[in-house]
Amino acid sequence: MAAVGIAAPGSSRKRRARGRRSLSAGSGLALGATMIWFSLLVLIPLAAVLISAADLGVGGFWDVVTQPQTLAALRLTVVESLGVTVLNIVMGTALAWVLVRDRFWGKRLVDVVIDVPFALPTIVAGLVLLSLYGPSSPLGLNIANTRIAVFLALAFVTLPFVVRTVQPVLESLERDVEEAAASLGASRLMTFRRVILPSLVPAIVAGAALAFARAISEYGSLVLLSGNLQYRTEVASVRIYGFNQDGNRASASAIAAILLVVALLVIVALDVIQRRLARRGD
Amino acid sequence: MSINVSGVNKKFDDFVALDNVSVDLPTGQLTALLGPSGGGKSTLLRIIAGLEDADSGTVTIEGNEATHLPPQKRNVGFVFQHYAAFKHMSVAKNVAFGLEIRKRSKADTQKRVAELLELVHLSQFGHRLPSQLSGGQRQRMALARALAVEPTVLLLDEPFGALDAKVRKELRDWLRRLHDEVHVTTVFVTHDQEEALEVADEIVVINEGRIEQIGTPDELYDQPASDFVMSFLGPVTTLDGKLVRPHDIDVHTRPEDGTGKKGRISRLLRVGFEVRLTVSLEEVGHPDVEVTVTRANQRHLGLEEGLPVWISATNEAALEPSVQAAQA
Repeated sequence: MAAVGIAAPGSSRKRRARGRRSLSAGSGLALGATMIWFSLLVLIPLAAVLISAADLGVGGFWDVVTQPQTLAALRLTVVESLGVTVLNIVMGTALAWVLVRDRFWGKRLVDVVIDVPFALPTIVAGLVLLSLYGPSSPLGLNIANTRIAVFLALAFVTLPFVVRTVQPVLESLERDVEEAAASLGASRLMTFRRVILPSLVPAIVAGAALAFARAISEYGSLVLLSGNLQYRTEVASVRIYGFNQDGNRASASAIAAILLVVALLVIVALDVIQRRLARRGD
Repeated sequence: MSINVSGVNKKFDDFVALDNVSVDLPTGQLTALLGPSGGGKSTLLRIIAGLEDADSGTVTIEGNEATHLPPQKRNVGFVFQHYAAFKHMSVAKNVAFGLEIRKRSKADTQKRVAELLELVHLSQFGHRLPSQLSGGQRQRMALARALAVEPTVLLLDEPFGALDAKVRKELRDWLRRLHDEVHVTTVFVTHDQEEALEVADEIVVINEGRIEQIGTPDELYDQPASDFVMSFLGPVTTLDGKLVRPHDIDVHTRPEDGTGKKGRISRLLRVGFEVRLTVSLEEVGHPDVEVTVTRANQRHLGLEEGLPVWISATNEAALEPSVQAAQA
């Protein structure tokens, strides 16, 4: 076993060194195919958005982005998405914990239902939310046309991400690690904070990044309930839709470009936080 | 008495893991809990550590009633078969964990960690992550981590079970030497009789939730209290209705004084320094007898397949059928 442990990194290093010099025919083809696929699907459309936005010129771009209505939409989108991400970090981890560690009646059902917000067409989710929390709410809760409606819709559609990334990691954690911490004198809370949580952080961060990315791009689920009121409940994607409907493709692309940058910033920030936390545990 | 277990019962659903087990484990000794898998030895160790609750019975550690104490309060060091390393922490941080929980000063902790890493020969590896260590090194780290809190007793659950044969043997010798150096009361669980015989001061044989015998390795080997202990501690064969060890049988190529039984070597297998013979006896209905002789002895007597031989038990460990009946 020791011998295998020592041999493995060496052999992979060798493989990497060879890869740097030349690729075999098979892997060259595979790399080419994946790059073309990736370019067609992702890189070229992204570039097109940026080029389209560039039609405005720097001044035009700045004007579109600093319009009060656009700024309000961007601010609402980012703030609510961040809020929903924080909520998911807490509730998603708790849900995953309950699903992995607790035994209760109907657990299997809950485990399946978790994915529904993800699987449901977003406009259907929007209809469901509207009929439950709209003007004719059977619960007597009318939150239509408020920012709470936006938050609720975002929370609904992003629910599965953290749960589903944390759940398998939690399942794979060995129980004896917690027992070791206990026999060394650590309370349950301390064991969670110092032993379990650090192991979950990468999964939580991955889930949070997915949830945030989903939240800033959300359209279908909130468009019915939020009322899309200018300066109040209009989110960035609705603003993009509006510009596009007005035939102003370049302005729509400008906002799209901003969303792209925000998404990148948050994903990078989360990655940095994760590295920090990983190092602190060291 | 360092650890006193009295009348402990434990069931998992319908499975009886421990059946009214009582045992005293003396201070400063290295004791092995030996037995087949599923026999209850790990459960007993986990009950002593507080990782499992007994259904009934009491556990006392160094005179303190510990039956209902949580594991955090027992001051017990525990080493697991699969290391249970804190994977995101460096080796030094792993070892320091218990000290940090106890809020020792930074300087104290650092000094103690350095001492322990020295003790387990991992001084150069303090900054590494557990995943960068071999299995044997990881288990030494786990041992240092358990020893860091100066436990009253050190409990090891199949500590070498996940390691390959060579590392296993090295670590076994090393554990014995470590114990002679540190003198902490140590209990380890194993299903490997050779490991127990080689390392332990005292062996507790456990089978099907019950204690079969307690004694020193010599006592157990030479005076097994039951059929089970005799056959679990080493190979056995039957001669004249008695359970005998294959190497406790004398072989002659001619009738000596009339006590030997006549037979024929039906099979001869050489394994390293020993030669294993299967002897078919003339007596009707007597099962074949397994005999082990040294390579030198085989050469000296010119033993080979088909040769007639006379065999008799030496007066070493042998178990009369009546004793077996009494034990059962």
